[in-house]
Amino acid sequence: MPAASTVSGAAQPDLLATRVAKHYGAFRAVDDLSFEVARGSFFSILGPSGCGKTTLLRVIAGFLSPDSGDIHIGGKGMNGVPPNKRPVNMVFQHLALFPMMNVGENVGYGLARRGVAKDEIKRRVGDMLERVSLPNSQDKRVDQLSGGQKQRVAIARSLVLEPTLLLLDEPLGALDLKLREHMKIELKALQAAFGTTFVYITHDQSEALVLSDHVAVMNHGRFEQVGTPQQLYYEPQTPFVAGFVGANNRMAGRATDVNGNMVNVTSAEGMVVPARAIGKIARGDVVEAFVRPEVARLARNPAVLREAGLPTFNARITSLLFDGANSAVLLHEAQSNTEFRIALPQTGEFADLTVGESVAFGFDPQRAVCFAADDTAHAA
Amino acid sequence: MQARLMLMLLLAPALLWLVGLIVLPHVELGILSLRERVAPRVYQPSLAQFRTFVEEPLYWHTFMRTALMSIVATAITLLMAFPMAWTIAKLVRGKSKAMLFIMCLIPFWVSETVRTLGWMILLRESGVMPAFLVWLGVTPAPVEMLYHDATILVGLVYTSMLFMVIPLISALESLDDTLIEAAYDLGGSGWSILRQIVIPHAAPGIVAGCIVVFMLTLGNYLTPTLLGGKNSQWFTEQIYTQFITRFNWEQGAAFGFLLLGLSTAIVWIGLKLSGQKFGEVMQKT
Repeated sequence: MPAASTVSGAAQPDLLATRVAKHYGAFRAVDDLSFEVARGSFFSILGPSGCGKTTLLRVIAGFLSPDSGDIHIGGKGMNGVPPNKRPVNMVFQHLALFPMMNVGENVGYGLARRGVAKDEIKRRVGDMLERVSLPNSQDKRVDQLSGGQKQRVAIARSLVLEPTLLLLDEPLGALDLKLREHMKIELKALQAAFGTTFVYITHDQSEALVLSDHVAVMNHGRFEQVGTPQQLYYEPQTPFVAGFVGANNRMAGRATDVNGNMVNVTSAEGMVVPARAIGKIARGDVVEAFVRPEVARLARNPAVLREAGLPTFNARITSLLFDGANSAVLLHEAQSNTEFRIALPQTGEFADLTVGESVAFGFDPQRAVCFAADDTAHAA
Repeated sequence: MQARLMLMLLLAPALLWLVGLIVLPHVELGILSLRERVAPRVYQPSLAQFRTFVEEPLYWHTFMRTALMSIVATAITLLMAFPMAWTIAKLVRGKSKAMLFIMCLIPFWVSETVRTLGWMILLRESGVMPAFLVWLGVTPAPVEMLYHDATILVGLVYTSMLFMVIPLISALESLDDTLIEAAYDLGGSGWSILRQIVIPHAAPGIVAGCIVVFMLTLGNYLTPTLLGGKNSQWFTEQIYTQFITRFNWEQGAAFGFLLLGLSTAIVWIGLKLSGQKFGEVMQKT
C-alpha cells in the first residue's frame, strides 16, 4: 500500500466530490461543493462548529445521502451505496469501540463480517495490533485501555479492512492536551506508514496544520480555500481564512492609498496600516487588514525599526500574556488606541517588559494582508 | 446511637412488610406443607403432600404445562415487545415518543379483570371477532375463540407487555447510536448488528423483563381461568382449589412451595444460559 503514495499526480483521486449539496430546510449544511483528494494524502477539513464539516463527512461515509451531486471513491460512483458496502471506514469522535467485545474482537469485527476465515482473522488482527504498537493485547477489555490506546484500536479496527479512504471525525477532541499533542504525531506517522488516504475533520487549526498535506477551510457549507498548510497560513485568500487559521490582528478601515498591490488602510480611529492587497481593491473601498502577532516586531527604541525600513508605531503595553513559547503582549497604539497583539521573541530580550511601558512596533507590509470587506465573514 | 435509631425507624415499615407479609406466611405455609392430618385436629410431620403431587399425574401434568406455557408466553412477549421498545427508544423523538409510551401504559389504568373481560367480549362465540369472521366469509358460522391455549397466551402476553417494554426501553436507550453506526460502517448488516451489538448490550434488560414477565405469568390466576375456562389447567388454580374448595391447606401449601421452587429453578437456568448476574439484572428493572 505505501507504494500508492508514490503514484504520479495524474492518478485517479481516491475521493472525488462533484457539486455535492445537502440542505436542511433553508439551511445549507453542504453547499454545492466540488473537490478531490489525491491517493495517499492526508486531507483535512477545518472549520468552526456548524460549518457543515460533519455533514460532509457523513455524506462521504454514506450515513447521509446528498440532495444533489456525486461522490466517487476510488473511481466508483457511490450514490445509493450504503455505508457497509463502501470502501470507506470511519473513526468516530468518541471512537465507538464495542464495549461488549475485547480488543481482538473489535479489530476483527469487520473481517468477520466479510466472511474471512477465523485463522486468517487472527493473523491479520495480530499483525495490525503490532503495527499500531499494541502487540498481544487481543484479550484486553476495551475499558482497560488508556485514551491513546483506544484511539489506536479504533484506527486499527478501520485500517485492518484496508479501506480506500479513512474518515476521521475529530478523534482527538476527547483527549487531554498532552495526549492530543502526542497523538497528532502518532497519527501522522501511522498515515505515512500505511499510505491510506485520510480525510480528517477538525475545528482545531493546529491539528489541521500539523497533520495535513492539504487543508480545506470550510465555512457556511463551502470551502473558503483549499491549499497546503503553508498556503493557508502565508497566503490566505479570504478574510475568514486569515482570521481562522493562526492568530491575527484584524483592523477594519478604508483603503486610503493604493499603490500596485500595496494598500494603506486607515481605520476609523485614524491608524494607518500598510498591507498587501489580496484581490482587487480600489481607493475608498471598505477593507479589512490582518497582521499576525508573530509578524510584528517589538523594539524599545523606534529607531531600530525605522532603520530596518519598517512602518513604525508607538504603543503602550496594556497586558502581558505569558504562555511559555507562545507568550505575547497586548498593547495599544499611541495615537488611535487600537489594540494589537504581538508575539514575544524567544530571545529573552523582552523578558522584563512591564505593563504601562512605552514601546515601538513595526512589521513588514508584505506580510500583512488586506481584503475587500466581507460582511458575512468574521474572524474567529 | 441516634443515627442508628433513625435508621431503624426509617427501615421499620419495610421490615414490617417483609417480615409480616412475606417471611411469616412462608414459614407458616412451610410448616403446613410438611404435616399430614391423621385424625380430626391431629397432625403429624410427613411428606405426604409432596408424595400426592408425585403420584397424581394430573398435578404433574398441570405443573409442567404451566411452566411451558409461561415460557412460551414470555418468549412471545419478548418478541413482540422488542420492536416496540426499539421504536420508542431509538426511532421516534419528542412528542411522539411520549405518546407511544403512554399508549403502552394506558391499558394498565384499567384493572386486569376488566381487561380480561374485554378479551372475552371480543372472542366469545357471540362476540365481535367471530361475527367479523362470518361477515368476511372466513367461517360459515361463529366459532368459539375462547377456552383455547392460544387464547390464554394472547391474554397473558397482553397483560405482561408493559413489564417487558419498560426494561427494554431503558436498556436500548442507553445504547450509544454511534456503536450501531460504527458496526454498520465496518460492514455489519442489520441482523449481525442486532446479534452482536444490540442484544449483548440490552441483555440485562432483556433478562430482567423476562424474569418479571415469567413470574407474573406463572403466578397469574385470573387470565388463564377466565380465558381458558375449564381447560386452562393452570397450577395456581390447583392451589386455589386446595385452599378454598377442598379446604386442604396442607396440600395447597405444598403446591405453593413447589411453584416457588419451579420459578426459582427456571429463573436460575435462564440466568445461567444467558450468562447474566441476578444483581445486575435486577438493577435494570
